[in-house]
Amino acid sequence: MRDDPLDLLPELFVLFGAVLGLLALTVSPKGGARWVAWLCALGLTGCLVTAVVAAFSPGGTVFGSYVLDPLTNVVRGVAALATLPCLVLARGVLARGGGLRPEAHVLMSLAALGTVTLAGAGDLLVLVAAYLLASVPGYALAGLSGDAPGTEAALKYYLVGAFLGVLTLTGVTLLYGLAGTSAYPGLGGALRAVPQAAVVCALVALFAGVMFKAGGVPGHFWVPDVTEGAPAAVAAFVTTVPKLGAFAALLRMAEEFLTSSAADWRLLLALVSVATMTLGNLAAFRQTNVRRLLAYSTISQAGYLLLPVVAVPAPLARPALLFYLGAYAVTNLGAFAVVVATGRDTLDGYPGLSGRSPALACALAVCLLGFAGTPPTAVFLGKVMAFTAVWQGGYAWLAVVAALNTVASLFYYLRWIVPVFRPAPSPGGDVPVRSAALTAYAAATASLVLGVAGGVVLPP
Amino acid sequence: MDVLTVVIFLPLVAAGLLALPRIGDRGAVAVWIAAAAVDLLLTVVMWHGYRGGIGYETRARWIPALGAGYHVGVDGLSLPLVAMTALLFLACALYSARRTTRARPYAALFLGLQTVCTGLFAALDLLLFFVFFDLSIAGMYFVIAGWGHGDRYRSALRFFLYTFLGSLALLLGFIGLYLGGGGRTFDMVDLTREPPFAEASGTAGLVLLAVGIGLAIKTPTVPFHTWLPPAHTDAPAAGSAILAGVMLKMGVYGLARIAMPMLPGAWQRGAWVFVLVGVVGVLYGALVALAQENVKRLVAYTSVNHMGYVVLALGAAGLVAGDTHARQLAVSGAVVQMVSHGLVTGALFLLTGVLWDRAHDYDLGRFGGIAGVAPVLTGLTAVAAFASLGLPGLSGFIAEFQIFAGVVGTGVPGAAVAGAVSVLGILVTAALMLRMLHRAFLGAPGELTPLVSDVRPRELVAVAPLLVLSAVIGVAPHWLLAFVEPAAAALVSLVSR
Repeated sequence: MRDDPLDLLPELFVLFGAVLGLLALTVSPKGGARWVAWLCALGLTGCLVTAVVAAFSPGGTVFGSYVLDPLTNVVRGVAALATLPCLVLARGVLARGGGLRPEAHVLMSLAALGTVTLAGAGDLLVLVAAYLLASVPGYALAGLSGDAPGTEAALKYYLVGAFLGVLTLTGVTLLYGLAGTSAYPGLGGALRAVPQAAVVCALVALFAGVMFKAGGVPGHFWVPDVTEGAPAAVAAFVTTVPKLGAFAALLRMAEEFLTSSAADWRLLLALVSVATMTLGNLAAFRQTNVRRLLAYSTISQAGYLLLPVVAVPAPLARPALLFYLGAYAVTNLGAFAVVVATGRDTLDGYPGLSGRSPALACALAVCLLGFAGTPPTAVFLGKVMAFTAVWQGGYAWLAVVAALNTVASLFYYLRWIVPVFRPAPSPGGDVPVRSAALTAYAAATASLVLGVAGGVVLPP
Repeated sequence: MDVLTVVIFLPLVAAGLLALPRIGDRGAVAVWIAAAAVDLLLTVVMWHGYRGGIGYETRARWIPALGAGYHVGVDGLSLPLVAMTALLFLACALYSARRTTRARPYAALFLGLQTVCTGLFAALDLLLFFVFFDLSIAGMYFVIAGWGHGDRYRSALRFFLYTFLGSLALLLGFIGLYLGGGGRTFDMVDLTREPPFAEASGTAGLVLLAVGIGLAIKTPTVPFHTWLPPAHTDAPAAGSAILAGVMLKMGVYGLARIAMPMLPGAWQRGAWVFVLVGVVGVLYGALVALAQENVKRLVAYTSVNHMGYVVLALGAAGLVAGDTHARQLAVSGAVVQMVSHGLVTGALFLLTGVLWDRAHDYDLGRFGGIAGVAPVLTGLTAVAAFASLGLPGLSGFIAEFQIFAGVVGTGVPGAAVAGAVSVLGILVTAALMLRMLHRAFLGAPGELTPLVSDVRPRELVAVAPLLVLSAVIGVAPHWLLAFVEPAAAALVSLVSR
């Protein structure tokens, strides 16, 4: 058994960054505030670099319960890359005096650590611990502003999370009882001989918590409220980063032990996927608050992200999911960065944006059309691979449903794009926050680059 | 780097230049015209250097994980369309040279659209084709919503949603072709060589249905045409010209390039469906156009009619019981019709744009006697109308004659009936074009006629070459047919497998 702590260097970097930031804040609340973002960013950068190094070294299982493979390494890298812009956006929100505290950086780092651990978990008990690590800082983040909407968002987030977390724990207990082990490799062999009904019950409970992290039905209730009520940078973070870990964990479970169980988990997840994308899209139609609109958009995207998981063990399932996750993270962060940069939360605030800031308007158009799957953006390529994978996996009808949903989603993305390019009713308006605007440009560019040159990062 | 890649991406590079801060509106238009002119010049060079088969081929790795590549090339099917695209975009650039508000983004959008349209006709990879297909929709959406008139946001939204639905059906069809071919490649040449679904004929039918619906919406054929009239009516003149002249061809071109050679068995089984859809499009488009009071809607519906001829011819090509030579003739006519319709309808839309520019109205009833105040405009419109209705000596005749001769000549009784019924479409088209000329251009002056002044030099320079080329094709078509006929023969042999 491998027990080398150095194998966990990426995780340790994030942890030390967060802990040092917290210490700095404790020692000197005034001076620490200046340093905490840099310390956390340093930790995340360390995670990114060591993850790249780890990608070239042999994988395997460490401590008997933590898997080092491309899946973990990709999530390490993407989570670090996705959290860094969130730190920048948090500074942007702080610059606007938007009720955020410096502790946000620390909490984001810790939640990112939880996400990475979710992806690496090779044992149901590690999964539960990672679930808590990824969730608890999120509750605090949502309520950090201390105002009424933030408090309500935090409470809702916490209640849904706690309830579904308990369900997941029940599922883990059931599986342990049925199989006699909580490690994925052992579960794979043991579940073959277990009655199907019991496995289905356990899986339904297990998926509940994962869907909470993924922001999918039935764990989606918190998404709109947190996205609207929490500071925009926090909203960007909690709708982006935890999803990475949730879907990676789901993919790992599917590959390692779900495929060998007798239960029809694929149909279960396919139905969850249909419910998630349809509900997200239908609810987004009438939104006038862009943050709620984005919230429901992230829910529908969670539905599409389930497609490659349903497709397991199709060969394209893994690259499709990982690429789509990266594409989704880039696009979602770009859209939220525009919201932070403009400081406008309702559709009424967007007419004339193309006149005030053409680059920001173009970045928003790229991100929103990207969400709809217009080429040559990253999500387009992700969608093509996801559709192909799920068809390959024998669920062609799910690809058809997803395609119809994609058409429907275009409607509400256009509801936001159209006013942006309309002339303003009255000239003038705030100057965009520069750091957030730069983040938006970078995200839009990354989306296009990933879409055009996606072949480079995909295994041949 | 091959010349074809330069032709495809030169406009996009020019569009990138427009982002430079120093360029004003006048500079933007100059860049636009220069880029379009150079592109046309390069296309002419390509035309002269073409030596049969797939010319100017470039094949590079793009997304190896999916077996998708950057594969472009032209043959007798696509080169005429590439050339027509270059000419029409130059005409639009000249036409829009002045009097365009916010010229910089407008020029950038059109340059981007030119890359997209040229790239689509040159693409030899399904994923590449799809990228261009989808981008053409997004680009045209912004043209209509940004520079249109009337109820432009609604029309643009309907256009985007409807054609986006089509594009996703098409994407599903492409994924089906990819998986049906063993999940190795999106390459059109490879998939044509070994058609997918050799055994699973049921799945092949479903995939053809998906591809067919996707392309039928874009074409558009009846009953998927409802997005077209409002989009055309509310788009700016140059936008309509591109939408009708170039982008409608994407649908029928896709049928000929993808559906027929890659799903030959399914196409043969479904040939009667396409024949029927074609005949219905011919008659329905002509009859509805006859009833229009809005001159732009009238031209828009004639597009439905003209695309109906093309679909009819391509459907007849799948009737393997018929005479091979006749089917080749039908396909050849279909390709000539694509080019001819691009030139003629592009010209007609630019001419209706002149009316809107002067009088801000399209109502036939409020014009009349324009011939008295604007003789050149009247002459141009008359030539375009005659070309559109298929008068001998103009390109529409060459196309439609080949189509009818080919469809009827297959010797299949049903096809003969379909061809005979479609001839009625020509009669109706002749009636509606003459009615339009009669009401708007002849007779007593209408209430808006005093506002109409004759064409300005830039408008003449934009429109006249299109009509001259139409006449050249009508009088001496051999230089075009020399390209088209071998490609048509190859396509018929592919679909007969």
